[in-house]
Amino acid sequence: MAAFDEMLPEVSGLRRPYTAYDRWLKEQDPARLTEKMQDAERVFRKTGITFAVYGEQEASERLIPFDIVPRIISGQEWRRLTQGIEQRVQALNAFLDDIYHRQEILRAGRVPRDLVARNEAFLPEMIGVRPPAGVYTHIIGVDIVRISEDEFYVLEDNARTPSGVSYMLENRETMMQLFPELFQKIKVRPVENYPQLLRQSLAAVRPQGTKGAPTIAVLTPGSYNSAYFEHAFLADQMGVQLVEGQDLRVVDGHVAMRTTEGYKQIDVLYRRVDDAFLDPLTFRPDSALGVPGIMDVYRAGNITIANAPGTGIADDKAIYSYMPEIVEFYTGRKAILGNIPTWRCSEPDSLKYVLEHIHELVIKEVHGSGGYGMLVGPAATKKECEAFAKKLQAKPSNYIAQPTLALSTCPILTEKGLAPRHVDLRPYVLVSDRIQLVPGGLTRVALKEGSLVVNSSQGGGTKDTWVLDD
Amino acid sequence: MLLGRTANGLYWMNRYIERAENMARLVDAGLRMALTRTQNASEEWNSVLLSAGSDVAFTQKYQDYTAANVADFLLRDTSNPSSTMASIETARNNARMVRTALTRETWESINEAWMALKRMLARPIDERDLPSVLDAIKRETALIRGSFYGTMLRNEIFEFSQLGTYVERADNTARILDVKYYVLLPSISWVGSSLDNYQWESILRSVSAHRSYRWVYDADYKPTNIADYLILNVRMPRSLTFCYRFLAEHLKFLGDDYGERHACHATAEKTQAMLRGGSIKDIFDAGLHEFLAGFIRDNTRLGDEIAQDYRFY
Repeated sequence: MAAFDEMLPEVSGLRRPYTAYDRWLKEQDPARLTEKMQDAERVFRKTGITFAVYGEQEASERLIPFDIVPRIISGQEWRRLTQGIEQRVQALNAFLDDIYHRQEILRAGRVPRDLVARNEAFLPEMIGVRPPAGVYTHIIGVDIVRISEDEFYVLEDNARTPSGVSYMLENRETMMQLFPELFQKIKVRPVENYPQLLRQSLAAVRPQGTKGAPTIAVLTPGSYNSAYFEHAFLADQMGVQLVEGQDLRVVDGHVAMRTTEGYKQIDVLYRRVDDAFLDPLTFRPDSALGVPGIMDVYRAGNITIANAPGTGIADDKAIYSYMPEIVEFYTGRKAILGNIPTWRCSEPDSLKYVLEHIHELVIKEVHGSGGYGMLVGPAATKKECEAFAKKLQAKPSNYIAQPTLALSTCPILTEKGLAPRHVDLRPYVLVSDRIQLVPGGLTRVALKEGSLVVNSSQGGGTKDTWVLDD
Repeated sequence: MLLGRTANGLYWMNRYIERAENMARLVDAGLRMALTRTQNASEEWNSVLLSAGSDVAFTQKYQDYTAANVADFLLRDTSNPSSTMASIETARNNARMVRTALTRETWESINEAWMALKRMLARPIDERDLPSVLDAIKRETALIRGSFYGTMLRNEIFEFSQLGTYVERADNTARILDVKYYVLLPSISWVGSSLDNYQWESILRSVSAHRSYRWVYDADYKPTNIADYLILNVRMPRSLTFCYRFLAEHLKFLGDDYGERHACHATAEKTQAMLRGGSIKDIFDAGLHEFLAGFIRDNTRLGDEIAQDYRFY
């Protein structure tokens, strides 16, 4: 299966967005580039941009490998993506509002009622609750793949707590340190104002009764969490407090943090703690990461929680397959960005097809994330496929399947020079009284030749993503 | 506005940085004694361990007080929570936790110190390399201190950090003196044997004051002068008086900032007044050991009160 290379496709030769970069690259001494690659690693290690890998004792802090060849998107391509993403994000929020209120989409029969009602990601506690400013999912990461010059698909939506935005920012920072001359030659649209936009966006959705400037905080599970670096980074860049559950409690109907001068009220909480751990009085009683009683404060409209509890119902993989219908239902237009064709294994016909074609398909757990619990048919052995088929038959509704797409490739720098590797793209979207995207996102790249798995926990790396100012 | 947990993290981060360096200094002093006084080497290493507060834990693990064992235990051994490696690791964990309160330079210097020492202390130290390892530890902590002083805003974050530094340092100096107090007592001092000279030099060396002492006093080591230097000298950066001058000052800044005085203010000021008004003769008359034991107790209480008053937990 020949993949579309975004720099140098076989058919048409060097693509236009890469012309200036290619000219520069040809002037470079390969040895110097290799040195730059090592410099990049040193920068990351020095600044502590690491992530923890669960279940690995030895290398408890690892770097996400960074490749110094940028992934370049033209201004025109970006405009088209932006339209599609904005439409999708609008639909996601409308869907959430509907699903927790009138449930018209269920009444209209466009999404099966069971799929929502029996879904663990659907929180009955949120029924009838309208979050401040009516926004449910404030920060969204939309994973996009490309398979040809004109075909972009949404691989999945991340409407809970999408991570990785700090890598988008640090990758750019690192590239600018390593290759300042490149940024003088090529006009790349900036991404570094993301933290300011995030802060403004969070401030805009403060509770109605907030007096003066709202107090914003980032809630982290703690310094042992795999994404802790990002939590600290964002709090720091926004100039807000980084809090843990142990710092917070409910005081006089508000959530407050314990400071050296006593308890101080918080108005907006950007939480990076999962729903289940948010409030031991409402959800998991054994959680020490959340705030007892925060849901009562939330229901009383005295705090904004971003993203709202219960947004997982919108990015669930079983719901994903209905996204084209959902977009059309709420925006009245066809989805600009398509879905990847998806077989819902809960449907007998689909299950039959999936079992027959298991070697060709990618099969994912409906609730899984991070590339765990999935089968990449073409890359799996016969034995692995058989074992997976058994799991599939035991609980079909737990799985969806998609064709193995020829994800586009981008070159990475290897010891033997440039070599194509598969990539995807996660742009970050901010929703308040408006929808905003910084031009760029996180490009994840599968570093192993031929591999389609780009997750950092499975040997993926990242690249700086350039949107050209053309 | 500062989270109580963040203030706690800053305080302990700095205590552990101070401690990491102090361990290196103690081993350095012990090494010097062992090199010059081979007969009493094991006794010297024993008092090094006592000063480090690690004697009991050491004897559970080792039989012999040798340079290799003590250096290993005080510098490398992460099962010893006060070892340089364990201290730097705790300091870094705290720094990671309070990262948003630190400048990039400060965080990076701590992170780099941790990386460098982890590499350097990965394997047992060859005795020939010990001096260069000790130098490297002192250099890394000096770099941390340098980037901290050079880049941090002088606000509450700075104050809580400094409180950690000076509470730890006062404790260290008092312990070093207390372990060796008997060689400073007058009844022995007039013997003036060469052994005493080494002992005295060792005390000064363990607070990196063996050279500066000569600038302030005469070239001769006199026990009363040494005690005076480490306890009452206002300009000696590791003396008890120096530490309390800054503890009282930083607490006053916090009190003024917040418009609130606490128990810790009274405790620090009381100790500071006692040191300022004290003479070394009075201290010796009342009993050096009693004085030091009382000081260590009050200093610990000050730490507890700071934690309480500023809602560390």
